[in-house]
Amino acid sequence: MFVTLPPPVLFTLAGIYGLLVLATLVVYSLAASRPHQDFTELKDRMRSWWLIIPVFTLTLILNRTASLILFALFSFLALREYLSLIPTRQADRHVLIWAYFAIVLQYFWVFIGWYGMFLIFIPIYMFLFLPMRMVLIGETQGFLRAIGTLQWGLMLTVYTISHLSYLLRLAPAGLMSIGATIGGIGLLLYLATLTEVNDIAQYVFGKCLGRHAIIPKVSPGKTVEGFCGGLLTTTGLAIVLAPWLTPFSLLHAACLGLLISLTGFIGDVTVSALKRDLGIKDSGTLLPGHGGILDRIDSLTYTAPLFFHFTAYFYYPGQWL
Amino acid sequence: MNQTSYPLVKTLFFLCIVRPLVYWILGLQIQNRDRLPRDGPAILVANHNSHLDTVVIMSLFPIAKLSQVRPLADAQYFLKQNRCLAWMARHLFEIIPVTRTPSETRQQLARQRAFLKTCQVALDQQNILILYPEGSRGEPEKSSEFKSGIAHLAKQHPDVPIIPIYLQGLGKALPKGDPLLVPFLCHVYIGEPLYWTGPKQAFLDRLSDRIYALAQ
Repeated sequence: MFVTLPPPVLFTLAGIYGLLVLATLVVYSLAASRPHQDFTELKDRMRSWWLIIPVFTLTLILNRTASLILFALFSFLALREYLSLIPTRQADRHVLIWAYFAIVLQYFWVFIGWYGMFLIFIPIYMFLFLPMRMVLIGETQGFLRAIGTLQWGLMLTVYTISHLSYLLRLAPAGLMSIGATIGGIGLLLYLATLTEVNDIAQYVFGKCLGRHAIIPKVSPGKTVEGFCGGLLTTTGLAIVLAPWLTPFSLLHAACLGLLISLTGFIGDVTVSALKRDLGIKDSGTLLPGHGGILDRIDSLTYTAPLFFHFTAYFYYPGQWL
Repeated sequence: MNQTSYPLVKTLFFLCIVRPLVYWILGLQIQNRDRLPRDGPAILVANHNSHLDTVVIMSLFPIAKLSQVRPLADAQYFLKQNRCLAWMARHLFEIIPVTRTPSETRQQLARQRAFLKTCQVALDQQNILILYPEGSRGEPEKSSEFKSGIAHLAKQHPDVPIIPIYLQGLGKALPKGDPLLVPFLCHVYIGEPLYWTGPKQAFLDRLSDRIYALAQ
């Protein structure tokens, strides 16, 4: 049921839990020393991190099958949240059930390691199948919007997230460094840590130094200062962690740090735009302080596939993974 | 107290089928759960869009209290059509059958008296009734006119708390006329109890307003 974690992964996890304890202590002592200020949101956020990080740790320490089921469950929660938020037509219920079924199939391709099918199943087969099923129902009023929103949601919540679980399949890339001998677990931990650290750094720098809104029409809380702070923190951490968890060279680690920071930000504001269009603040209530599951995985929807294909191109060239 | 005929089957059904369905597939979110009555007599009044409505409301109660919760349901639909459905309605959900075919006035009056009598017996036994004043299931998130049965019942039992409940999303997950269950997030909002104030129409309007105000 469980796997043995390589020492660098264990140390990184220990560091993350250490930071979590430290951050919790800071938030609670701040709240205690300033009773007139409202710290409810920060406290809620900390409490949610105490749920998110142990669950993420499970995906690393469980064996591949169990962790695959866990990722499929994340996709299910995210897709259900998405489909409950957007307007759907009652006539399309029999199409939506196929979208849910696509989760099972997509993760099954990961399970059996059918790389080609994993890559094209949703962008090609589901893209062709769902409109056909919708046409069979015969409701043309609102057809374009219905199929457009459904396919986008499937890409966002299932296709991109399934890249996280495919990372776990990657074999060690070589013997260039300690990190190169670890393989998929190191890559997944590296990606998830950097993406979340980038989110937090952007939030903290934005709160402390933020003056100039970067994209006020979509997300008024995002500032240039926050973005730059996130960029520096993430790139720095990417360079420090790379030799321990990944096969990346210094240059590639720096590029990945910049890529994760920039595209994590884009993923975040893309989901913000979706919420703004629907006139809601949070996508759900699953994670107090954060909102719903979409609010938490928003940056991963961009960073996961881009990180995966960057790694595949430079470190597993010409291979059928 | 009401006598459950198959207590073990009922417990297993709610524990192994209903709970996973309601909490994992529908991801039910409950607001103000503490406003639910701990014991009867009480009347729960909700909007009605789906067969899941009763399942969800019953799943809010602890297993030990389930035998007290009695949904009112159409006898024609649940007991006369399908033997399997009838068995489930009788023994798992323990419905109180209601006849509601509109017919001659005299017959209708007799039916109404019988309905009030059954409810009275159930409330005297400390039961918690579930009642849908809209009658049969309507379109999701759209209100329809309340039937007057609840007003007569409330008038007869002015001390029994009436708890308004608003259910959201269930009509999307399992609407009328389609047996396919599609996962959608569902919410249940529980309101403050209210009591009979009369007159009939004003009371019905107030009840309806209270339920649909919970939606906001």
